[in-house]
Formats: sequence, structure tokens, C-alpha cells
Amino acid sequence: MSYVAIADRDHEQEHHDPDTFITKYIWSQDHKVIAIQYGLTAIFVGLIALGLSAMMRLQLGFPDEFSFINPENYYQFITMHGMIMVIYLLTALFLGGFGNYLIPLMCGSRDMVFPFLNMLSYWVYLLSVIILIASFFVPGGSTGAGWTLYPPQAIMPGTPGVDLGILLMLASLAVFIVAFTMGGLNYVTTVLQARCKGMTLMRMPLSVWGIFIATILGLLAFPALLVSAIMMIFDKTLMTSFFMPAISSMGADPGYTGGSPILFQHLFWFFGHPEVYIVALPAFGIVSDLLSTHARKNIFGYRMMVWAIIAIGGLSFIVWAHHMYVSGMNPYFGFFFATTTLIIAVPTAIKVYNWVLTLWEGNIHLRVPMLFSIGFVFTFIHGGLTGLFLGNVTIDLPLSDTYFVVAHFHMVMGVSPVLVVFGAIYHWWPKITGKMYNETLGKWHFWMTFLGTYAIYLPMHYLGFQGVPRRYFSMGNTEFMPDSAQDLNAFITISALFVAATQLLFFINIIWSLMRGPKSDPNPWDATTLEWQTPDHPPKHGNWGHHLPECHRWAYDYSVPGYEDDFIPQNVPADKAPAGRDHGGEH
Amino acid sequence: MEIGLIALALILATLLGWLLRQSFNTQPWVAEQVSDTAHHGPLGDDSNTRLIALLGLLAVVTSFFALIFSAYALRMELGDWVPMTEPQLLWLNTGMLILASIAFQWTRNAAINGIRSRLLPGLLVTGVLTLGFVLGQFVAWQQLQNSGQGITVNPSNAFFFFLTGAHAVHILGGLYVWGRATIKVIMGNSDGAVIRRSIELCTIYWHFLLLVWLILFGLLLST
Repeated sequence: MSYVAIADRDHEQEHHDPDTFITKYIWSQDHKVIAIQYGLTAIFVGLIALGLSAMMRLQLGFPDEFSFINPENYYQFITMHGMIMVIYLLTALFLGGFGNYLIPLMCGSRDMVFPFLNMLSYWVYLLSVIILIASFFVPGGSTGAGWTLYPPQAIMPGTPGVDLGILLMLASLAVFIVAFTMGGLNYVTTVLQARCKGMTLMRMPLSVWGIFIATILGLLAFPALLVSAIMMIFDKTLMTSFFMPAISSMGADPGYTGGSPILFQHLFWFFGHPEVYIVALPAFGIVSDLLSTHARKNIFGYRMMVWAIIAIGGLSFIVWAHHMYVSGMNPYFGFFFATTTLIIAVPTAIKVYNWVLTLWEGNIHLRVPMLFSIGFVFTFIHGGLTGLFLGNVTIDLPLSDTYFVVAHFHMVMGVSPVLVVFGAIYHWWPKITGKMYNETLGKWHFWMTFLGTYAIYLPMHYLGFQGVPRRYFSMGNTEFMPDSAQDLNAFITISALFVAATQLLFFINIIWSLMRGPKSDPNPWDATTLEWQTPDHPPKHGNWGHHLPECHRWAYDYSVPGYEDDFIPQNVPADKAPAGRDHGGEH
Repeated sequence: MEIGLIALALILATLLGWLLRQSFNTQPWVAEQVSDTAHHGPLGDDSNTRLIALLGLLAVVTSFFALIFSAYALRMELGDWVPMTEPQLLWLNTGMLILASIAFQWTRNAAINGIRSRLLPGLLVTGVLTLGFVLGQFVAWQQLQNSGQGITVNPSNAFFFFLTGAHAVHILGGLYVWGRATIKVIMGNSDGAVIRRSIELCTIYWHFLLLVWLILFGLLLST
């Protein structure tokens, strides 16, 4: 990469600006364009996954009414829905999308430090998406092994997509990991090396902190998925026995010798649990900034929030086996993993208290991003509390294979991060496009989504306590389930279809905004962070015109006494505005 | 999973120590004049940036290999594991990789001292030795395959092929970067500092992969 340090580039900025349509929007090395490419691709596959969940719900709510859903493609829907939502939507959107857009702008840099690598990261990600989608169309269809892809069933006859489907899935994951590593090294290096003058680590907005630590988690955890994917490809194609035990398949001996399916589970969850926080930490960071901005109040306990993010990140590596209680393990291990799991509740609770305390006596503006942020605090608390149930071995064992778990993880890492995604898109939409959206439509979108998700997931907890098993195509004549369980399932399906349909409001809103929306103010929320202080609106290539910004204060100088405005941007020098909230009291 | 956890703990401890120094006793809410120590420049010093990106990559690769070692240790405990005899050729290959690292170090020292005449011979010797290592590995795989010790015979064989293959792929990736540096030296129109930086970073990568190989080879020999 022949990369000219942009610092030396100020005077020759003009020569480097992309000028054709192709270099500006397709093969672009501008972090903002790459962010939008990542975002659009992720949302596109996310919509496919949403459609798959609607099909699953149709079957569960109204069994045998729809002839086009059979057990095989039901399992394919489950698998692809889970994998797409967790990896190809949320991971890509938070890190590739928001990470790309926000890191350089919030840190006061002109771009990522390796723009070419950044572009490559997106195109390799797109390749992984294409491989994934191709698996829908190969003979046998996509894999139906469940998103955890547990062997031996993932690669044994009887599972849908056992031939090409599973291989394409594993190949797509491997390609995704390569793309993520290229992007991730870029994000980390940019945060460490390309911050503007005065932007110390402890002055970075929490959004950047969340994305930064999540990227580090991803860089260290994704190799576990890569290792297990490669080993499973070997087991499938070369007949090695890394994971495949001596097993007979339909009366025949496929030729495997004593491999360990549990080994796969260890590797998978060694990635899988940090993955939860790869999705959650950026959401934590972004929601902190949204709450603070729209409550016109500094974030409560900034340093504690930073250290909570770091602590959660570290702890997330030593809890993975709580996903494997039902696989059986030494009771001491179970005790260990239950303890570490419950310890994570401490830094997480600190964050929740701090969000609530940020709102306390704030000047709360219930704009659309704020509604989504407060909605997140609700759904995250509910999903987190059921996590405390499931972290205990004795409670997990009976509940693990029921709807209770489905409700838990959808609340905590489905609905919660998605609410933050919406909040963040509404919040930064004016900056990205220079247009405003329709506030009323946005509020309708929030309330129908927020209440609708409760209509979906609250009854699921109850079904779980009843023992209704997850993963089942149809329930059959099971004695312990009352008939009313089916009525509830039909209700959940109707709610789910309703929530899915209300997402149209979002798309109508942003398309309307792009075409007809009024021009937005450069800083419509009166926010302090640097991305709102760019000379151009929306920011152009290079972000800062001729002079890089200088950072003089933290990102949370809201409602500082003695200053005319209720916010002081980070680039306002200390001699032009009060030098910080508690400056006088610190002596 | 102990091996994976230990590697991870080391990486995280390094990061944590550094973060502590950055954040300890700071008062982020106090605005003050910008002090010069508080920033790395608008895009940082370029060589430093590349070094940090390389260290990040090495952390990722460490995690990758540590996890395979973990899987190796876990799988080894099962009943069907039969230790395999490593081909003697690996000793020769190891020797070549060590020499390649030494040659790269020698080239690096020449680059730092500005002795440009030594760069091309140094790079070529390194390249030949490294390619020799990869070819040697390939021959070793062939030998195993031909003597009926293929990848499916036993999990220990499967791990042997996986580990050595993964290592060889990383070496080939290094050779790509080495190729770019060598072309720069041959063309002779690049800035001396740019070439020096490439060679310095490559040397770090070579030493790292040698270390991975020595640990890997030790693990294979001892089990």
C-alpha cells in the first residue's frame, strides 16, 4: 500500500480527491462511503433474515397451514436466520458500518490509517455474503444444522444442506473472518495512532470506546471460529476425525474414528460468547452518547463506563462454557463458569445504573434517537435479568431447550442492539445525508417496534416455563403443553408479522427523507462530539478541510454552568468557555 | 483450552497495562490546553502506525495458533490417539527457517546502517532459505502420504497436516510482502526509509513465525 500520510497531504488535498463515480462510490477508499456500503449490505442481508423468521413464525403459529414450509426448510430458515443476524448483520453493521463512519470522525482524523485495506475489507465482506446467499441456491439448499453448526449432525446425512450447503456456510465464515481482520486491524490502529491533537484516550466518546474494545474482542475471538470451520471442512471433505466420533449412519460406517464433538463446542463458544459482546459493546457505547446528548447532561461516571466496557470485554473470554451446561461437564467447571457468568453482571449493572443516573434530572428531549435509547435500556434490563437465571447450572438445565432461552437471547442480543442500531441511524442520519427525517413517522416506528417486541417475547418466557421446546418444527400431541400454548404461539406470530411490517415505516421515512426531506442543520442535536463540527455538512473526503481539529475537552460538556449554550463542543478551547464542569471543585 | 487462555491472558494483560497507564488518575471532565504529549499526530508517525498494525496482526495469529494447540491438547486425551513419528526432514527445514531469520536480521541491520549494497543479497538469501523451508515442508507431506501416513490415518496425522499447513500459509503470506520489498530494492527508486521500514517489519514477522514454528515443532516432537 503506497499510502501518503494524510498529515503531509493538506496542501495537495485536491489532487487526491476521487473524481469519477466509480472511485467515489464503488471502489471508494473513503471511510464514510465504505461505512455506507457496509451498512447497506448488512441491512440487505438482515432483511432476508427477517423474512426467514417470518416464515418460521408462520409455521409455529399456524402449523401445517402453509404447504411451502416443510421440516427441512424450517431448519434451513432457523440456521440462516441466526447466522445472518448475528454475524452478517449485527457484527458487520456495528463494526464495519458505525465503526467505519464514527472512528475517524469522532477521533478527528481524516480517514482510517489504511484506506486501501479498508476498501478491501468491504469487498471481501461482500464476497462472504455472496457465498452465503449462494448456498440458498445449490442442490440440497443451505445448511439446516442450526446456527451453532454442531457436529456430528451438521455434516451427517439427514441434516438439510449436508453437501454443498454446509461447505458454503463454512467457507463464507472463513472469508468473513478475513474481511473482519482487515477491517479490525484498521480500526484498532486508527484509534491508537490517528487521533487528533488533544484527543487523549480518556477524552474519546464512549461510542469509540465500545467499538474499539469490541474490535479487539473480535480480532482475538474470530480465530476460534476460523479454526473450527477449517477443521470441520477437513472432517467433511477429507474424512478426518477432529470432531466426528466413531458413528454409524443409516446402518453404514462412514469411516470416522473417535473424534470429539465437544471439542467443536469449546472452540465455537470460545468465539460465540465474546461474539455476544462484539455486538453489545458498540451498542453500549453508542447508547451512552445518545442518552447524554439528548438528556443534555454529561454521562454519569465516564471513567467507570470505560472500565466497565474493558472489564466486560475481558470477562467475556472466560464464560464460554455456560453455553454447554446441557452437554455435561465436571461440576467444578460448571461452578466456575456459573460464577464468572454472574460476575459479568457487575460491570454490566454499573453501566445500566449509569445510564439511568445520566437521565436523572436531565433535560430529556424525547426525540426519536432518545426513544430508541431508552427503549434499549428497558429491553436490555429484561434480557439481562433472564441471563442471570440461565447463568446458573441448575436453572439452565431445564430451561435450556425451551422458548425461555429464545426469549432471553432475542431480548438481550436481538432486540436491544437493533434498537440501538435504529437510534444510531436516526441520530447520525442528518450527518450522513444532510437531510432530516420525519419525526412523527420515526416515533410511530419506535412505539410499534418497542411494544411489538414485548408482545413477541414476553409470552415466550411463559411458554418456556411451560416447557415448550425450541427448535421443534411442530409440537405434536405433547401432554404437558396445554392447548392454550398454541393460542399463545399464534398470538406471537401475529405480533412478529406486525413488527416486521412496521419496519416499512423506517424505510419509507428514510427514502422520503432522501428525496424530499428538509435540509438539516449541521449540528441539529447541539452535540459536542467532533463529527458534528465538520466544516462541510455532510463531511467531504478528508473530513476536516484544511485544518485538523484540536480537541480541548471531553465529549460530555452539556449544560455547563456559566456558559451561554447548553453544550460546549470538544474543539472549543478552554479559554473560550468554562474549563470543565467541576474544575473549581477539584482543588 | 488452557493454552488458548494463557496466550489470551498475555495479550490482554499487555493491553490492560497500557490502558491503565493511559487512564490512571486522569480527569477527563477537566478541559485544558492541549499538551504535546497527549497526541500521536494527525495520522501518527507512519512507521509506528505500521508497526502497531503488525503487532495487532501478530496478536491475531497468536490467538489462531494457540487455539489450534488447545484443540490439539484436548483431542490428544481421547482413546484413539496414536502418536506419529515426524519425518526427519523437519530438522533440516527447521535449520533453514532459523538461517532465514538470521539472514533477515543481517539484512535489517544493513538497512539500518544504510549499507544498501547488502540489501539485495540479504533479501535473496532470506527468500531462498524461506522458499526452501516451504518446499521442504511440501516434500515432508509427500513422504508421509507415500508411506501410508496420510491425513486420515489418525487424528495426530490430521493435526500434523493442519498445523504445518497453517504455518506454511502464514510463511507464504510473508513471502508476498518480502517479494514487494525485494522488488522495491531491485527497482532502486524507492526512498531508503521506506525500504528500511519494510525490511524491519518483515524481520519481526519472520522471527515471530520462527518462534511459532519452534513451539509447534516442539509440541509435535514431544507428543
